[in-house]
Amino acid sequence: MPSTSVKVAETLPTELAEVRRVQSDIKDALQANGFGERDMFHIELAMEEALVNAMKHGNQLDTDKAVQLHYTVTPEQFDVRIEDEGGGFNPDDVPDPTVPENLERACGRGLYMIRCFMTEVRYIGKGNVVAMTKKKSPPDEE
Amino acid sequence: MSSQPRRQRLVVEDIGDVTVVNFVDKKILDEQNIQMIGDDLFRLVDELGRRKLLLNFSNVEFMSSAALGKLIRLHQRLAQVQGKLILCNISKAILEIFTLTKLDKMLKIVKDEATGLNSF
Repeated sequence: MPSTSVKVAETLPTELAEVRRVQSDIKDALQANGFGERDMFHIELAMEEALVNAMKHGNQLDTDKAVQLHYTVTPEQFDVRIEDEGGGFNPDDVPDPTVPENLERACGRGLYMIRCFMTEVRYIGKGNVVAMTKKKSPPDEE
Repeated sequence: MSSQPRRQRLVVEDIGDVTVVNFVDKKILDEQNIQMIGDDLFRLVDELGRRKLLLNFSNVEFMSSAALGKLIRLHQRLAQVQGKLILCNISKAILEIFTLTKLDKMLKIVKDEATGLNSF
């Protein structure tokens, strides 16, 4: 049986339209590797938040800056590493959006959703690199 | 809204004193898109004086945290003018977003449009 695993490394310009194209490519790879709808929804949501964060907050929408994207999709899991050219941040400084006093604030919800939906999330170095893993859910959890 | 030279993002229908809003897009993404949707929603409240908004998510398959932020601000705006926001027909996947972020505690979410119309 031919391998369906995918390994991609690419440099993205800081253009939000690129996020749509990448999402489409990743969805194709996930489907080819047997990921279910719920896992794909979670990965799409985490990628949306992480890539928009990298371009908007990291690169400040500066089109002279780029985002480095590496991802692999295997029948077992999805791994991704996203690096922007910004100054980074300390994820511990982002307030918990689910405590009552923060519920009506707009910030921090994207990072929280990433943590909820991915199996593992790591911020590397000064915080301008995020590495995430999503293990494929067993069929009965889909 | 129709005076704006741009594509339609919302379908608005008044049922009694309730304004029912359907989203045209399946995916509510992109800051600019979300901003325009937000502008249209706020116009219903601030310019057209609507006070009971029922947002029907039956077409919506995906939305980002930026869209959640807009909904929170709409909820706050309506609360300021003694109005009310209700959401309905939210897919299981999107409902998980509201539940995880605990926004289901702040925003009123009902199963379907008929229930929503009777919940104001």
